[in-house]
This record gives sequence, structure tokens and C-alpha cells, in this order.
Amino acid sequence: MTSEILLETKGLEINFGGVIAADNVSVEIHAGKNLAIIGPNGAGKTTFLNICTGYTKPNKGNVYFCGREVTQKSPRQITRMGVARAFQIPQLFSEHTALENLLIAAAAREQRWAPFMKLGQIPERDEMMHLLELVNCAQVSDRLVNELPEGQRKLIDIAVALALRPKLLLLDEPTSGVASSEKFGVMDILTRALAEAKVTSVFVEHDMGIVEKYADEVAVWAAGAVQLRGTPQEVLEHPDVIRDVIGEEL
Amino acid sequence: MNAQLFALAVFDGVAYAALVFMVAVGLTLIFGVLRILNVAHGSFYAIGAYLTASIGGAIFAAGYAPWLALPLMFLAAAIVGIVLGGPIERLLLRRIYAKEDALQLLVTFAVFMILEDVQRLIWGTQPYFEATALQQLGNIEVFGVFYTTYQLVVLPLVAITVLISLRLFLRKTLSGKLILAVTEDRETATAIGIDADKVYLLTFVVGAALAGFGGALASATTSVVPGMGADMIVLSFAVVATAGLGQIEGAAIAALLIGLGRSFAVYLMPELQVLIPYLIMLLVLLVRPEGLFGVVRTRKI
Amino acid sequence: MTLRIAVPIVLLAIVALLPLVAPWSQVVLTLALAKGLAVLGIVLLLHAGQVSFGHALFFAVAAYSAAFLGEAFAGGELVMMIVLGLGASLFFGLMVGLFVVRYRHIFFGMLNLAFSMIFYSILEKFYHVTGGADGMQVARPTVVGIEMERAGFETLLFYGSLVLCVAVAFCIHRFLSSPIGNMFKTIKTNETRLEYLGISARRTLLVGYVVSAGLCGLGGVLMAVAQGIVTPEYAWWIRSGELVFIAILGGAGSVAGAFVGAIIYEAVRVNAAAFAADVWQMVLGFFLLAIILFASRGLVGLYERLMDRLESKKPQAKEPQEKRVPGAAE
Repeated sequence: MTSEILLETKGLEINFGGVIAADNVSVEIHAGKNLAIIGPNGAGKTTFLNICTGYTKPNKGNVYFCGREVTQKSPRQITRMGVARAFQIPQLFSEHTALENLLIAAAAREQRWAPFMKLGQIPERDEMMHLLELVNCAQVSDRLVNELPEGQRKLIDIAVALALRPKLLLLDEPTSGVASSEKFGVMDILTRALAEAKVTSVFVEHDMGIVEKYADEVAVWAAGAVQLRGTPQEVLEHPDVIRDVIGEEL
Repeated sequence: MNAQLFALAVFDGVAYAALVFMVAVGLTLIFGVLRILNVAHGSFYAIGAYLTASIGGAIFAAGYAPWLALPLMFLAAAIVGIVLGGPIERLLLRRIYAKEDALQLLVTFAVFMILEDVQRLIWGTQPYFEATALQQLGNIEVFGVFYTTYQLVVLPLVAITVLISLRLFLRKTLSGKLILAVTEDRETATAIGIDADKVYLLTFVVGAALAGFGGALASATTSVVPGMGADMIVLSFAVVATAGLGQIEGAAIAALLIGLGRSFAVYLMPELQVLIPYLIMLLVLLVRPEGLFGVVRTRKI
Repeated sequence: MTLRIAVPIVLLAIVALLPLVAPWSQVVLTLALAKGLAVLGIVLLLHAGQVSFGHALFFAVAAYSAAFLGEAFAGGELVMMIVLGLGASLFFGLMVGLFVVRYRHIFFGMLNLAFSMIFYSILEKFYHVTGGADGMQVARPTVVGIEMERAGFETLLFYGSLVLCVAVAFCIHRFLSSPIGNMFKTIKTNETRLEYLGISARRTLLVGYVVSAGLCGLGGVLMAVAQGIVTPEYAWWIRSGELVFIAILGGAGSVAGAFVGAIIYEAVRVNAAAFAADVWQMVLGFFLLAIILFASRGLVGLYERLMDRLESKKPQAKEPQEKRVPGAAE
């Protein structure tokens, strides 16, 4: 493997009241290789994303981003270093419109502190409008996000993360809540946007069709640890995976 | 500070802690179940005190036996719980459980404002003092210090009894177990068919009655004056916050900590007396924002 | 020009001209504007979903600063008083804010209350410095060095306050539409996302908190000068409660509502004080309940609905129909 290591974890361990969510997890994430994480519910996938972004602190182990240790840093600091995140439950500003949600993200990225500049008039407005078009939500740009259906909220949540222009994007089940007929459309849009912005992504996913088509690498998560890692083909054809993971998804 | 003063400070602190605990435990119980901080709790305390002092004054002046003082306190507590607490939960709080936190806080604050004036309308602004219970029990000597039996023995005993019976009630009786279930997980509890409305009502009545009882007990040791409710709500909040919201046993320890801190300040740094409880709270919260015994809950994302 | 915009301008003109026709209203309106500024501080915090039950603290800090200045320089200078009062309230806002922005909702509200109670008892206890419960006199200050007669001073104070209020309201309105103002509002809706944008929720709240303390400070100085006396009552929880009450009355979150609410409140208070002094808290309490339960957007919300109806649009379906707040229809 020649490409640069973006994110690396070493020996992560954590448990919640006896339930092991991470058991000696050591993972490397390489720039330019989109990694899919699959595995049964409760295997610790979301916890892994929480630890990588500083939301949860591990009992043991370390997290490095671009070679710098970030284990004890806050989500805010890690975000500033170039890690963005989209959530399983969309985390949006419910009393703001779709466009305003993106504009706030852009203002955060560009540190626009001038107290008399209007949010709607920041220079990034066109860029954010374009981003909304990219995720097919331009027509609802003026609607309050809590009035929108879950599928669109999900897409706007991803757009908010993209608005930060991260180096690494962590996506927690990006297609859950999106109608199954639209899932591939969404992923097409997303991967195009990611490639255009040269963003590496890690996504937790349950749909093996999506994993097969869009991931460069797959990691199988079970019982708080990576059980298997390889190309989609290697992993999805592995007998254990077919039995334990794919079997469960059917 | 000599040994006698030290003993005095400890006794003062314990007596005071017992009273504060009675109010704080009701506040924390209500918060645990209803997730509402009842600002009107201070008024319940004051009204309990006013009821006891005014009725007591009247009946003892009419020549009734002094031993009635204790049953009178229970009566005052029951009135506060049932006549005030019941309707407030049923008619008012029930309508706001779904509203945002800031509005819930404002609603109980409004009730507090109303009850402050109700007290002034009924009892005026003159202080009431009715210490029959205190005088009846006389003094005892401990470590060479004379202290009133009421404050040194009765108040702490009552507080400990309340703590233990509340614990037994919550762990051993059906109603108590239902309350605990709702406290721990409201959604699941209602999903398995627990009548949350009833649990809320019961909790609020019990909590209010405890505050009223605290006021009734306090009325024998101090004059009952306007504004005592405002002081008490902030003080008992300090206790509850120091312990961690919803922590019953913790409230007892925090009350003791703050009670002792305050009474030592009275002897050592009198000008800081009012400030000590808040300073203790602020110090604890600086180190542990969730309180001494509180648990951190992270939001699922 | 639409009716919706015309009405506020007419109202502003009426407020500005009223003292010429009814001289008694001048002092009442000055006090109302002073309170309105402080209420604006509460309104600001409500945008972040937080209620403070202790903002009278900053009101009192600034008022006492003005009083000390007046005492130290035999009368003092109004501009200096405003600068000093504002500075003191901003400083206290920063100190208290550094602590309270770690908390939300119940803790935020109650810790503010605790701080104000501490300050109240300090004002009362250290009477050799603060005059205790009697407070301190505030002699009429000079205005940019010029000594003024009482009547002239009061007129100047009123129009000065009016201009200040309009300017401050405009600034706060712009602040709330700015990027940082919008981040401040997201503390109410989703702090987690704000942190995941790389923005510190605490620091953002602190900015708003310090500004809100400064607003209370401005109000406090004007009140101290207008009344000519400061007492510990300035820091009392009832005063804080009053500020919160007016904010909700005017319309939670409405900049204009802060002043509309303050003027109506003060007018009612002055006229009702004679026969309702004993039950004033009670009246306020019932009103507060009525607004929260039946008209959660306050006077400004009712105005918007009225305008919607006049312009024959669909009325907002946010509130239960036909439960009107007493006093709003008059």
C-alpha cells in the first residue's frame, strides 16, 4: 500500500457497562480508498465513528489523523483538522432552512465572524446552492429542515458535512431512510461529489449491493472488532461473511 | 475555635442540613420523574411553615395540648401536598410536559410568583413565630454543650427516617417501583403499560408534601417571614445540583456538606455565611459538572 | 408601504411624541425603555433556548457602577456612567458567563439565579460601601460636561434613550441575522452538529451571554439615572423574573417585542400599582401562564396574526385558536 494513511487507530478498547463495543481495534484508513464498514447491529460501528471523531473517549488505545494524535481531542478540534461526519440520525438545525444549514457550515469553515454580515449574503452562498443541487435538494432550499422527509434530511446532513471540505468524511448509514429505489442514485451523486472534492470516505452500510458497487475496501465488524478486511470481492464472497453478515441482512 | 464552638457549629450544621434535605429530596424526586425543576418548591416549604405557625399559634393560645405540634406538622405537609401539589400537577404541569425546557421552567416560576403573593395575602408581612415543639422537648447536653433536643435529635431523626422510608418505598412497594421505572426509562415504562400520569401525580404530591413538611419542621426553629421560600428554592437547588439531579441519597450527603459549611462560616467568617452554600456548589460543579453523584448521559447520535 | 411595516413606524412616532402631549408619560417611558434594553438581553438568550433567572445582576452591577462614579466625582458625567456601567456589566458578564455557559436549561437558569442572589446579599450586607438596603443616591450627572436643569435633563434622557434603543435594537437584529448570530441560535436546536462544524458551542453562547449582560447593563445605567437612586432590589430575583416576564409578553425572540412588552408592562404597572400592589406578582404569574399556554408567541405573535388576517392570508396554525391574551386586543 503506497497511499498516505489518513486515519489510524491503535488498540482501541471500550465497553459500556460490560458490553464490549471495541476490542483492540487497530485500523488504517488510506487516502483515496473508500472504506465500507459492514456488520450486525450492536457490533460497535457507530462507536468506532464516535471514537474517531472524539465524541466518545476510548478506555484504551489511540487515534491518529494525518500522523497526529487526536485521541483526547474534541469533535470540534478533530473537525477543524479535516474530518467531517454525517450521522445515522441527521443532525441538523431544525429551526433553519436547508440552505441556511449549509450556509452556517460554510461560515464555520471560513470563520466568518463579522457581526453585521448577513448569513444569506456570505460569498459561499452560490457554492452552497450548488451543493444542494448536487444532492438533489435545491428545490427545498427555503424549507425548514424539520418539515422535510427523512430521506432529504439525510442528504442535507451529508451536504452539511461536505460543505466543510473535509479530507475524510465519515458516513453513518448514508442510505438508511432513503427510499430503496433512490439508494443507488444517492450513492452515485455522493461518490461523484466525493471524487470531485477529493474526499476519502468511510461509510457504515447495510446494503451489500451498495457496498459492492461503491467501496474500494470493506471491513467486517463483529463483537467490537474488525474480523476481516479486503476488497469487496474478497470479503463478500468469504463464507463466514455470507453466513453471519449477509445472511442476517436478507 | 475551641471544642465547644466546634461542637456548636457541627450541631447547627446537622440541624440545618436536616431541614434543607427535606426540601431538596422532594425537589430531586420530582425532577427525577417529571424532568421538571419545580421552582414553586420553595413556596411549598414556606406555606408549610406558615400553616404550622399560624394554626399552631391559634390552637396553643386556645389552650390545646402542646403535643399536638407534631400531628399538626403532618397535617400541614398533607395540605401542601394534596391541596396545592395535586391540582398544580393535574391542571398545569400536565399540559407542558411536551414543551421545551425553558418554558417548563417558566411555568413553575410563574406558579412560584403567584404563591408568593398568596402567602402575603393570607398571612401578611409580619413574622410568625411558634416554637412550642422546640420548647416542649427542652435541651440536652452533649460534649458539654447545651442544645435543643428538637434540633439535635428530632430533626436529624426525622430526616433519616424520611430517607430510609423513601428508599424502602421506592425499592419495596409497587408504587415505588413504578416511580423508579419511570425515572429510569420513561418511554419503555409507558410502553409496557405503566400509567405515567398516575406516577407523575403521586410523585408530585409526595414531593410537595415533603417540602411542606420541611417548612413545618422549620417553623419551630425560626420566624416565618416573606421571602423564605425564595431563599429555600435556591438553597435546595444548590443541594440538589451539588448532589446531582435526581440523586436521593446524594442529596442527603450534599445537604450535610452545605449545612456544615454554612454553620462553620457563621462562626468563622460570618459575612460569608450566605455565600458558602453557593461557593460549595460552584466548586463542585467546576470539577464535576454533573454533580457529586450524578451520571453523565451522552446523547445518541 | 404595507400596513405591516407602517404600524411599527407609527407606533415609534407616537412613543416619541407622547411626552409632548402628556408630560407625565416621559418618565414612565424612559423607565420602560431602560427595562426594554435589559429585556432585549433576555430575548437574545431565548434565541439560544436559554432562560436566565438572574440577569438583574448585570442590571444592578451597571447601576451601582454609575452610582459609585457619581459619588466619586460629585455628580459625575452621563457619558462616563454609560461607558463605565456598560464596561462593568460586560466584565461581570464575561466572568459569570465563563462559568454558566458550561450548562444549559435548568442549570443555566438556576446558576444565574444563584449568582444574582449572591450579589444581592453582598449589596445588602456590605452597607458601609453600598448603603445596604437603603441603596445609594444618584445625583443628576452632567451631560458632556454641561450641567442641566431637571426638566431639560429628563427630556434629554428620554430622547437619548429612545435613540439608543432604536440603534441597539437594529444592531441586535443584525447580529441575529449574521453567521455568528445564527450559530448562536443553533445552541437551541443542535449543539452536537455545531461542534461537528468545528465551532465551540460554549464560546458561541458566551459571546451572546456577554452581549446580553451588556444590554442589561445599559438598561441599568439608564434606570439608575432616571430614578436617581439604586437599591439592592435592582439585583433581586423579582427584577430578573420581571425581565423574563416582559420578554415572554412581548414575544419570545422578538427584538421589537422587548420594547413593546416593556412599554405596555410599565404603563400597566404604573396605573395598576395603586390597587394591585399586593397582588402584583400574582397578576404577573397568571399572565405568564396564560401567554405560555395560549399565545406562546406573545404580543408580537398576536400582531403578526392580526396582520395575516387583515392581509387575508391564512392565519398561522401554530397556536390554539381564539384564546386571546387579555390586554392584547385593547
